[in-house]
Amino acid sequence: MVFSYYPGCTLKSKATELDRYARLSASALGFELEEIENWQCCGGVYPMAKDEIATKLSSIRALNDAKMHGQDLLTLCSACHNVIKQVNNDMQTNEDIRTRANNYLQLDEPYLGETKVVHYLEVLRDTIGFEELKKKVVNPLKGKKIAAYYGCLLLRPGSVLKMDDPENPKIMEDLIKALGATPVVYPMRNECCGGYLSLDDKEAVAKRREKVVQSAAEFGCDCMITACPLCMYNLKKNEDQIPVYYFTELLAEALGVKE
Amino acid sequence: MDKREEVLLISGVDVLKCMRCGKCSATCPSYDEMEYHPHQFVYMVETGNIEPLLSSESLYKCLSCFACVERCPRGVEPAKVVEAVRLSAIRQKGANHLKAENVPELIDDDTPQQLLMSAFRKYSK
Ligand code: SF4
Ligand code: SF4
Repeated sequence: MVFSYYPGCTLKSKATELDRYARLSASALGFELEEIENWQCCGGVYPMAKDEIATKLSSIRALNDAKMHGQDLLTLCSACHNVIKQVNNDMQTNEDIRTRANNYLQLDEPYLGETKVVHYLEVLRDTIGFEELKKKVVNPLKGKKIAAYYGCLLLRPGSVLKMDDPENPKIMEDLIKALGATPVVYPMRNECCGGYLSLDDKEAVAKRREKVVQSAAEFGCDCMITACPLCMYNLKKNEDQIPVYYFTELLAEALGVKE
Repeated sequence: MDKREEVLLISGVDVLKCMRCGKCSATCPSYDEMEYHPHQFVYMVETGNIEPLLSSESLYKCLSCFACVERCPRGVEPAKVVEAVRLSAIRQKGANHLKAENVPELIDDDTPQQLLMSAFRKYSK
């Protein structure tokens, strides 16, 4: 199975581990990530304004590239995933945005939202299957208590991203179980870490961070996992010194391909 | 076009659907940082009382976390109202909230590109 892969800018710089362990794990599990050519940054945040077209074009180009290859478009970073899925939804449902974007892009054939966007976690669940994944685990993470941190971008808005129940998700908990570890469910797992406010208001982000991490710590976790480089950046400075990993790192470790 | 019309157009939100239950504000992670809370944004846009919002720091405290969008029982999407008011403010000449020359002192060795991209998208035109 081959996917068009959109790594995004952060996975090429500050979050290379998120990308590297995803590639190693994909090979171990038998699917291929074919990086699309000349992708451009998604912008990090979905442009909500109805009158903005320019800020959506990089996503549409990536979506169209996958369409031309006849492949699903796979994302890994929570932000890219959020932006590209929401823009794709605009192209499917908002005639005004669809028309104006296509007028601007002048593709050989208009892009109408045909591409399916999948997050890496969705591939693990829906294409590989957690039961199959479990069979490929050579180093079960026995005894480890892991708190999955969803944050805001991975699941919301639920009606558009359609990845999991946004209020009671289990995709990462199911992954943790498949890897042989114990998931820790805690109340702040789908509340925002402070996101991009960490440039402009570091104090507010510090408050968010401690709330989120203390919530996980109270429920007795050894470590936390995330799919988002910005969550990683915000959470890892926590006072409780709870380690935070990309989920792909633990996946690669359990599959015995972590180098 | 007056400000109210402009904000309604940019956001695509039907503010009249709001029943003022306050759930959006109750769930907002930036509640403590905000002078005007998400339900107030919706109500003040409805009544055309937009000037105080345009000059409020609250515009830059919203995290675009979509919690209010997900949890509003009436499907109002308050975050889109906040975004529209913010855009209406920063689209004016010289009104950028984040200036490139201030960035070096705000970052460290680990700052992910994602943070810079997102902040510029949110705070500057
Ligand atoms: S949650 Fe929805 S209906 Fe309730 S106050 Fe907020 S916008 Fe209005
Ligand atoms: S999107 Fe903004 S206004 Fe809505 S809950 Fe999140 S921080 Fe608050």
